[in-house]
Amino acid sequence: MNTLIYILKKEFRQIFRDPAILRMIFMMPALQLLVLPFAADYEIKNINVGIIDHDHSDYSRLLISKIEHSNYFELAAYSQSRAEGLKWVEDNKADILIEIPKNFEKTLIRENSATLALSANAVNGTKGNLGAAYALNVINEFNKNIRAEWLVLPRMNPEPIIQIDYINKFNKLSNYQHFMVPGILAILLTMVGGFLSALNIVKEKEIGTIEQLNVTPIKKYQFILGKLIPFWLMGFIILTIGLIVSYVVHGIVPGPNIGNLYLFTGIYVFAILGFGLLISNFTSTQQQAMMVAFFFMLIFILLSGLFTSIESMPAWAQTLAWTNPVTYMVDVMRKVLLKGAELIDIWPHIKTMIIFGILLNGLAIWTYRKQAL
Amino acid sequence: MNQFKAFILKEIYHILRDRKTLLVLLGMPIAQIVLFGFALSNEVKNTSIYFLNQSSEPLAQQLIAKVDQNKYFDVKGYIQDAAEAEVLLRSGKAKVVAIIPSDFAYALAHENETTIQLLTDGADPNTANIINTYFTLITQQFRNEHFGKINLPYQINTNVRMLYNPQLKGEYTFVPGVIAMVLMIICVLMTSVSIVKEKELGNMEMLLVSPTNPLIVIISKAVPYFVISLIIVTIILVMSVVLLHIPIRGSLWLLYFVSSIFILSALSLGLVISTITNSQQVAMLISLMGMMLPTIMFGGFMFPIENMPLPMQIISNIVPAKWFYYAINGIMIKGLGISSLYKEILILLGFCVLFITISFKKFNIRLS
Amino acid sequence: MSEQLSITASQLTKRFGDFYAVDHISFDVRKGEIFGFLGANGAGKTTAMRMLTGLSIPTSGTATVAGFDVYTQSEEIKKKIGYMSQKFSLYQDLKVAENIEFFGGIYGLSKSRLKEASEKLLHTLGFEHEAQAIVGSLPLGWKQKLAFSIAIMHEPAIVFLDEPTGGVDPITRRQFWNMIYEAADKGITIFVTTHYMDEAEYCNRVAIMVDGKIEALDQPKVLKQTFHAPNMEDVFYQLARKAKRSDG
Repeated sequence: MNTLIYILKKEFRQIFRDPAILRMIFMMPALQLLVLPFAADYEIKNINVGIIDHDHSDYSRLLISKIEHSNYFELAAYSQSRAEGLKWVEDNKADILIEIPKNFEKTLIRENSATLALSANAVNGTKGNLGAAYALNVINEFNKNIRAEWLVLPRMNPEPIIQIDYINKFNKLSNYQHFMVPGILAILLTMVGGFLSALNIVKEKEIGTIEQLNVTPIKKYQFILGKLIPFWLMGFIILTIGLIVSYVVHGIVPGPNIGNLYLFTGIYVFAILGFGLLISNFTSTQQQAMMVAFFFMLIFILLSGLFTSIESMPAWAQTLAWTNPVTYMVDVMRKVLLKGAELIDIWPHIKTMIIFGILLNGLAIWTYRKQAL
Repeated sequence: MNQFKAFILKEIYHILRDRKTLLVLLGMPIAQIVLFGFALSNEVKNTSIYFLNQSSEPLAQQLIAKVDQNKYFDVKGYIQDAAEAEVLLRSGKAKVVAIIPSDFAYALAHENETTIQLLTDGADPNTANIINTYFTLITQQFRNEHFGKINLPYQINTNVRMLYNPQLKGEYTFVPGVIAMVLMIICVLMTSVSIVKEKELGNMEMLLVSPTNPLIVIISKAVPYFVISLIIVTIILVMSVVLLHIPIRGSLWLLYFVSSIFILSALSLGLVISTITNSQQVAMLISLMGMMLPTIMFGGFMFPIENMPLPMQIISNIVPAKWFYYAINGIMIKGLGISSLYKEILILLGFCVLFITISFKKFNIRLS
Repeated sequence: MSEQLSITASQLTKRFGDFYAVDHISFDVRKGEIFGFLGANGAGKTTAMRMLTGLSIPTSGTATVAGFDVYTQSEEIKKKIGYMSQKFSLYQDLKVAENIEFFGGIYGLSKSRLKEASEKLLHTLGFEHEAQAIVGSLPLGWKQKLAFSIAIMHEPAIVFLDEPTGGVDPITRRQFWNMIYEAADKGITIFVTTHYMDEAEYCNRVAIMVDGKIEALDQPKVLKQTFHAPNMEDVFYQLARKAKRSDG
């Protein structure tokens, strides 16, 4: 036991004296929580609309003004030439083109119907889709107004209509940052636990001090615990700092079930540390460790449901995603912070993570050799 | 010249010998392409929906059936009271809960109007919006099927056309991003670390004292990575075309030309970093935190730049990858030519010149 | 009789594929002896030492260190030995006192013994004022002496030194060897590898390794007589000329 305490003393002293690690520990949360959430905004807004108006009637002007006043759209360009319009899309000046044909107003009144042409830049499929949907909404509203102008509104709808009353839960402001921050916090914990711990051990390998330790009576488990415990504790510190920043900067209130988060985080960081340890067992230079860790981190992050949802993945990918520990952390983080989940909601994840922890750390201890064969 | 060759060969041996790193360099783009191409998508499909059906009318059942048949939704079950909805949404079992009122069919028949309440998991606002939109579309279709198409006077019809990507495939935007990211890693991270490692080991001093022109030492480090970069770009392009059927609508030469300029700018960036520090760890830190992360964040391929607050949009302009991404995207997806991209190309060249100048200056200072 | 033997080795071998890094070497080291392993770089000295210190498992042959078997009792061995490697392996980013505390602690020194040993160590080296200095900032010779002192602080039966005097000036080397003598006087067996031939003279007995084999083993003066050499360097040259593996 004493040995462990001496080891821990040494580890803490080294960590706090290493400027690179300190910088990372403070820069990473700062960067990730302060900058990233504002950058990682997938919400579709500020859609640039280009109008090609062949009609120049009152109605066309009305339509244009309605689009201008919509929150989703910015009137970016106006012209009478279709070729010019297409060029705007090419140059990314416009995301959506609405072409109003000649005699639009006249045709609408005389023949009871008229047709507009809408083109959407679909390089980004979601943006094109949603942009077109929003534009159609505006056009429909515009259409209703015209009808109201020409017809007397009956007391009842002329034909049966199903109305939908939407209530979006859990995100009162429909704020994208709210959605991203918990996920980013999860990634942060992963990087500290996986990245830094792997680098730390490999550094000793590179310098040679690890050999010195291998010759001493230090047992494997003592050495490993000595490496894991400081970063494990750091995980909690980072979580706390992260929660404070999330509250102050992004207005995410932790809520009464926050203890569950700490419980899960403890188990999660333990598992991820095992993974970092595993990496360090198989790499000999810091450069290698960094590359390998980065490689896995990237795949884990992409498969974690942070940027794209798990439900949208094909079955095989979903299975893969649920063998990825990061997926669980992201899910728990979101559930607790956004939805106020209770212990019973995350209990299955806790069980799974315990298994992960035992598996990864067991593997790491098993493959750590004090002796070279 | 022979000296030059000798150095380049040495570098190549170094690189080839580090199998693990090589594997990672190859594995990363491949893994990303597989993931982005086959696994990741922004599409909203198979959304779990629960119904609270307060109506015993057959019409309600028909609506539910129609929703279930649709590929966007997956009817998972029914609840008996509204409180359960909250639990389901919170636990993630349901993404959306729809409440059909008890007089659903009656109200439609006699008052020409009824309301369905939709409770959606709004944690992700985009997804919520899309879910709401799709649900509305389905109910409208249902309405049309049962009550005939609405024939309103003064009807404005809109023909919608999706440009460049009619099938709304998600892959189009990420391939250039994968290229940019991998190039940043190879050219900035690996080059700078490789040079700094020699400094750390003390070999650099030895080389500087020898009759070798130090320029040769530096350039010989860059050349193998330049070649590797081009090879990896080729691999990525081949995979994209063959596996993902992503088009290369523009000129292939232009693509390689622009890539080469970007590679050069990244390499010279790596050089700059190597002149700033003597420690591998610091070089890695700067490369990853200082270069890679901004590239991912502000490059425009993961997060739309136009959504960012203004200061960040400005920052994105000094990230070389942003211009590269735009150019490559233009060439591949839109088929643009030099005339449309001269601005981006000039900017990238400018970055090149800037970084090379800085690194040479710093290097000379060191020598004198 | 075997209690007087600190180290025994018989046909000890380390093979990597077809390559014999250590080729069936046999030798004994007596308690309190200063035993030197000489040889060019690549001759196999370090590999041999790694097998004796439990860092590497031999391919074949037998060996005991402090009476314990290197195959099955390596953990016991580690409690009884001290080690100082080529790179000195102190923590460069920790203070002198912190390194002392750490290594003393993991060898199981109680708090009071640790304090005592630490004070004695600092006093002997004249490092009282350097106790709070970061090791990385010390000159090479000081680091080396510190590393050695720490290696013997827990009073091991044997201390293994792997090329301990690399890169250090002759005067400091001399001082270092004085420290070795003092340790040997206290009964600690010293097993040292080196490629400085003049240091061979300081050892009680010397084994010269060439291409993984021990080509000669005896007291330095006896070796000089046998090979009609004026100094150990010459003895070595005569043996090494046959060598296939070296940097030369």
